[in-house]
Amino acid sequence: MLLTWFQRGDDGMVVKTLTGNKAVAHAVKAARVKVVAAYPITPQTTIVETLADMIEHGEMNAKMIRVESEHSALAATLGAAAAGARSFTATSSHGLLLMHEVVWWTAGARIPVVMSVVTRAIGPPWNIHVDHNDIWDQRDSGWIISIAENNQEVFDLTLQAFRISEDPRVYLPMIVGLDGFILSHTVAPVDIPDQEKIDQWLPPRRQPYVITPESGVVMGNLAADEDYYMMRYSIQTAMVEAKKVISEVDDEYGEVFGRKYGGLVECFHCDGSKYNIVIAGSWSGDAKEAVLKLRDEGYSVGVLRVRYFRPWPDEEIRRLLSTSKGVLFIDRSISFGGKGHLLTEAMTNLAESTNLPAVRGVIAGLGGVDVGADEFYELTKSFIDEVEENGPFYDPLYWHIPQVYRGKYPERLPGYGKFSYERR
Amino acid sequence: MSNVNVEEPKSLFIAPVSKPAPGSVGKTGTWRHEKPVINEEKCVKCLLCWLYCPEDTILRREDDMVYVDYDYCKGCGICAKVCPVNAIDMVPEG
Amino acid sequence: MYVEIVFHGRGGQGGVTAANILAGAAVREGKWSQSFPHFGAERRGAPVRAYARISDKPILRHSQIKTADIAVVLDHELFDLVDIPGSVKDNGVIVVNAPRDFSVDLKEGQSLFCVNAMEIARELKLFVAGWPVVNTSMLGALVKASPVVSLDSILAEIKSYWPGKPGELNAEAAKRAYENTVRCI
Repeated sequence: MLLTWFQRGDDGMVVKTLTGNKAVAHAVKAARVKVVAAYPITPQTTIVETLADMIEHGEMNAKMIRVESEHSALAATLGAAAAGARSFTATSSHGLLLMHEVVWWTAGARIPVVMSVVTRAIGPPWNIHVDHNDIWDQRDSGWIISIAENNQEVFDLTLQAFRISEDPRVYLPMIVGLDGFILSHTVAPVDIPDQEKIDQWLPPRRQPYVITPESGVVMGNLAADEDYYMMRYSIQTAMVEAKKVISEVDDEYGEVFGRKYGGLVECFHCDGSKYNIVIAGSWSGDAKEAVLKLRDEGYSVGVLRVRYFRPWPDEEIRRLLSTSKGVLFIDRSISFGGKGHLLTEAMTNLAESTNLPAVRGVIAGLGGVDVGADEFYELTKSFIDEVEENGPFYDPLYWHIPQVYRGKYPERLPGYGKFSYERR
Repeated sequence: MSNVNVEEPKSLFIAPVSKPAPGSVGKTGTWRHEKPVINEEKCVKCLLCWLYCPEDTILRREDDMVYVDYDYCKGCGICAKVCPVNAIDMVPEG
Repeated sequence: MYVEIVFHGRGGQGGVTAANILAGAAVREGKWSQSFPHFGAERRGAPVRAYARISDKPILRHSQIKTADIAVVLDHELFDLVDIPGSVKDNGVIVVNAPRDFSVDLKEGQSLFCVNAMEIARELKLFVAGWPVVNTSMLGALVKASPVVSLDSILAEIKSYWPGKPGELNAEAAKRAYENTVRCI
């Protein structure tokens, strides 16, 4: 059982009850960040509010740069980082979209930076609740993209992000995602390790170059097309290295602080299970509860929780597809005219699989629509029962329509219907 | 900043960074149709030409008298335009 | 042990703070907890909700609480605006801040505990921005009605939440509410 994500009573452990946003701020402080530049946006605001408070009261030796927009927030963060300071920013939804140009610029510059993305729906219409379309929208930019399940992992991932991003094999910026309100505004126990232990574990900042008046370095000049091409090649090379680094950091963190999550993915009873759910973010816990109940009833089922969307866990997904009879993807986002993001990514690994499992992609919870353990139970049970009864199928885009509209709209749209493998 | 820890990347790393260096596209002096010629007797050492030259090819001696780096001067004529005492003539090349 | 609690209050009455203090008190006892506001825009005076979960095991779920085991009602007039009996289970417990002889229709099997927290606030001169403070009292009333955590843990958490005199005063309010809470239905 993976129920004990931390053991109580360890030496030097301080358990605080914190919101997800405060957990971020405590991790940023513990990482001895030197520059914070950010612009407020719900539900991110209390991260930088807390950091501003810590800086104001001298608990944190850092500079807070107040800026006029998110575009400037990341630009200032990148500037400070390029000059050699460990730097941090945080945003959500529309702020992240406004920042998007600099998101690419930061990754292209190969400067380590850490950013929290408090996931939130994108308007119109206005909606401040959880949704993964904002974070996955950064997919192609060259950032390492992670997402947490609970407040403890929010703290741990944020701290680890500095180590991963600043590793000389990686030198890429990193996003740590946490679900808006569901984590950002929920209070839960968080173990904050001893600062001395953190200082020993997290090395001083490393980076590939610095831009200062003395260094004479300039970044972003016009380059030959061939050089541009090879810079892209080298970002992908760093992503390959990042897979190793993420796994190493997870292991080392586990040894030092007692919490190990599994690297790119967390496997919750997924090894050897006939059926598996693939999911990311805070509602994974509800999916796990559903799985525990189904296992009690004799079902062979597990959860593979995607912790890192970039680099994508190719190896882990390939293995899951190869060993599962059926895989249920739960997406809290949709690429319009395409499909859910987790399913789309995972299907790129299908050709490497030694097996063709039944697949269903579910779109649920957009704009914060609540999906609890009971609904995960029903979704998973009906998927398994259908496969057992009718044989395997491909059902990529099933809309888990909110209760109030259920039955009034079709769950499958023309061209995205259920395809039985017997028809092949 | 002395406390910045620059450490060599440990994977294939090609970053979009550069340091300024003379002549990265060859000797641009050959692009010139007219060359600036400084009349030292008229020059008042105001250094406006030195400030305005977009290619950093007006050079400055210790006594603030200026001279031209003809290897890289493209002959744009800005120095002649900004000279307040008309001490720079643009002379057609051979 | 696994308990879900909903706090019904008015925006500004401190329902969210009460939920947070309860979560902190549970952690003091080595339990696991969560607390969260009802996600959305909140206005001073409007009916609002906050939630808490307490368990002796790590809590995996993060979904909303639809029907809780216990409801804590910071203002009895909310019964006219919100379906409070519908927010708790059929055998659930409701704890309300109400004047004496308060009565209300509940579902079969539900029980009601009453305390006059307004009176306690007035006795202690416990006011913030003109409003009597009732959220800390109601935590005392809650643990009398259902000992989800001990009164001592509540008092300790209140005192660490507001160091100094405000903490002492709020802890006293919680203690008095604990002593004066009675089952009324």
